[in-house]
Parts: sequence; C-alpha cells; structure tokens
Amino acid sequence: MSNKIKFKIDGVTCEAEKGQYIVDAAWENGIYIPTLCNIPGIKPQGSCRICTVNINGRPMTACTTPLLDGMEIENDIPEIREIRKAIIESLFVEGNHFCPACEKSGNCMLQALAYRFQMMAPRFPYSFPVKGVDASHPKIIKDQNRCILCKRCIKSIKDEDGKSIFAFYGRGHKLRVHVDPELADKLTDELAQKAMDVCPVGSILVKEKGFDVPIGKRAYDNVPIGSDIEGNK
Amino acid sequence: MSKLVVATTSLAGCFGCHMSLLDIDERILDLIELVEFNKSPINDIKTFTKQCDIGLIEGGCCNSENIHVLKDFRKNCKILVSLGECAIMGGLPALRNGIPIEECLAEAYLDGPTVKGNIHKILPNDKELPMLLDKVYPCHEVVKIDYYLPGCPPRADLIWDVLVALVTGDEMKLPYEVVKFD
Ligand code: SF4
Ligand code: SF4
Repeated sequence: MSNKIKFKIDGVTCEAEKGQYIVDAAWENGIYIPTLCNIPGIKPQGSCRICTVNINGRPMTACTTPLLDGMEIENDIPEIREIRKAIIESLFVEGNHFCPACEKSGNCMLQALAYRFQMMAPRFPYSFPVKGVDASHPKIIKDQNRCILCKRCIKSIKDEDGKSIFAFYGRGHKLRVHVDPELADKLTDELAQKAMDVCPVGSILVKEKGFDVPIGKRAYDNVPIGSDIEGNK
Repeated sequence: MSKLVVATTSLAGCFGCHMSLLDIDERILDLIELVEFNKSPINDIKTFTKQCDIGLIEGGCCNSENIHVLKDFRKNCKILVSLGECAIMGGLPALRNGIPIEECLAEAYLDGPTVKGNIHKILPNDKELPMLLDKVYPCHEVVKIDYYLPGCPPRADLIWDVLVALVTGDEMKLPYEVVKFD
C-alpha cells in the first residue's frame, strides 16, 4: 500500500513516502539538498549540518528528519544558502586544503560544494593546523590535513568480520580518524579503492595512483554537484 | 573616457598567474585599448607613478617585502584583486606553515641533500634581505581585498571577463567552468 503524503519545498508541492528522510524525499522529487557526511542507505548522523533546511520555520538537518504530512520546508533561500556557505568555509580553514596539489581535486565533494555555493575566499582566518600524513600502510595514505571527520569511512569500510578499518582517536581539536595498522595490512585492492571513493575529500588515497583523469573530464569540472538530482525533475 | 589604470605584482607566487593573464592571447591588444598599465613586472615599471584603479595581486605574503609591497598597492589602488590560490590562501608556499621557520632554513641552507659548501654553516643574514615571516599569509589577512579570482592559475577567460567587467562597470559573469581552485 502506498503511503504517499504531500509536503512543500520552497513552495513547490512534492510527494513522497511518510517517514522517509527529507533528503531522500527531496532528491526523489528532483530537488537538491546538499549532503556531505551522509551516505544513502546507511543510518544518517547529521554531523556536518550542510543539509540544514528550515522545517516549519526551524533549522534542522534534512538527512536525519523523517518526513511528515504537510511539512513546509525552506531549502534554496538566502538564509539557508548562507549557513551552508559558512559551513563549507569553516571546513576549508580548519584543515589544510591545497587543492592545486590534491589528488581528489575535481572529484572532491567539499570543493564541489564550494564551487556550487561560490566560495571565493573563506570569511574566517586560515588556521593552518599541524595534522600530518600517515603513509605507513601498504595500500593507502591517510592525509589528516584534508580529513573533515565526517565518519563515512568509519561507517562503511569494514573487513569480512565486520571490523572497522578506520576509527576516531582523540577529542576536540585533536580528534583524528586513524587507520588500524593490522587491518590495513590485510586490506584488499577493492576495499582500498572503496575507501578512497567513500571519502568525500582527498583524505584517503590509494597509493601509486592519482591525477589519472585529465582536468576538464573530472566529476565536477563542468557541472555543479547536485545537477544529476536536479535532472530527475 | 580616460583609460583605467592597472598595476600588477607577484608576491610569494610563481608568476603563473601573470602567465595566465598573458594567456588571453590576442585579446591583449584589446586590453591595452581599455586600460593603461602602471607598476607591473609586465612593463617593468618599478614604482607607482600615479593613482591606479585596479591592482592585481599574485602570491601571498611570505616575507617583510611582500607586506610592504601589498600595503603600497592598497594605498595606490582603488580596487585590489587577489589573483590565484597563493594570494587567496597562501598556496604552495604555505605548505611550510606547519613547519617551524628554523627547520625550513636549516633544510634549505644547512642540512638539505643539495646543500654544498656552506662550511661555516651560515644562514643568509644580509640586512638587505627581507625577513621571512613566521608563516605565509593570505593577502586578505594583511590588507582589505575587494575581489578574489580563484584558480592555480585562474583561467585566462576568467581574468579577461573580470577585467572587462571592472572597466565597463557591467556585472561580473562567473561561469561555472572557469571558477576553479586548481
Ligand atoms: S580534499 Fe578537496 S577541498 Fe581539500 S584540498 Fe583536496 S580537492 Fe581541495
Ligand atoms: S577520512 Fe574521509 S571519509 Fe573518513 S572521516 Fe575523514 S573525510 Fe570522512
């Protein structure tokens, strides 16, 4: 039995299943709400806040909020765009993002969001934190300078016993995502590639690879992130 | 209408942004119809000879001379544009920002694999040399910057469009394909 209900995004009437997460419902209706820490199909956590929307007038994360009948959602409005831009800018200054020298450049979700929201220079001062690079594992490099602590790797990259290869270590501004050295020794090529792909930025890299797609042919060179979803309309 | 006056400089940059400016190819002929160049490495004018309208800044600030030049540009230009990643966020020179300055100098002049013949273990210390800053600073953390053109280097088409918009007073077009960080 279909459980379709009606709701509104920026005044446009949409239809989706009751109880679906708002992000999924919006995407199905061809409306792009940006996400960063969220992986479709895996339990959302709402940590990066980039999907913030106004729901019945209050800012909430669209990835964790279930849809209810008659919800009025504001998404592409100046106030929300500004919140999202500020989040993107803070992520840039909290790490060390040297895009011209980054293997993920052109395929990076953070960079693509900066393009979409037209970040020219962050409003916050650069902090240039000292974070380090861990290249001690046979298959992958973990560049802490680019990690946005989104947990996507922790949630989705596991060995055959279900053990996570990546884990949080430390607290506050010292929080890092570390690699389990024993599990990393046994990492298959496929899983290493999956880890690189699931990382929205260039913090997990497969060794001896990179810059294999020329500028102009990478995922976000010619069309903004979210264009595929808006094409669903 | 008198021509707008443009000045340019390269601080801690590689001159790639200036190369990209020259990459506008034959439009350079149109450009000199629209603007007049003052202090710039392109014409080798070393000091400001008049008040300028637009200053294009390539590179961030890595030493005391960069700060001096940047402040001089702010004083002498109505509009300052940060041209390229180094001006905007320090760029590759800022890779040293996580390394103590003593270590950088030791690597360059004392212990590095290419160091030969520095038998007295001297670090460059002539009074004429600019002092290195503790880290490389983005230009907008030193003076007010009015516009930013990202890219490494910024695409020639972007530089051209923005210069034309500044001259004509038209709104800047920032097409998706040309505003890039690499
Ligand atoms: S991870 Fe993304 S934003 Fe960071 S340096 Fe690489 S391309 Fe740029
Ligand atoms: S390594 Fe990548 S996927 Fe893992 S937390 Fe950092 S940014 Fe997210």
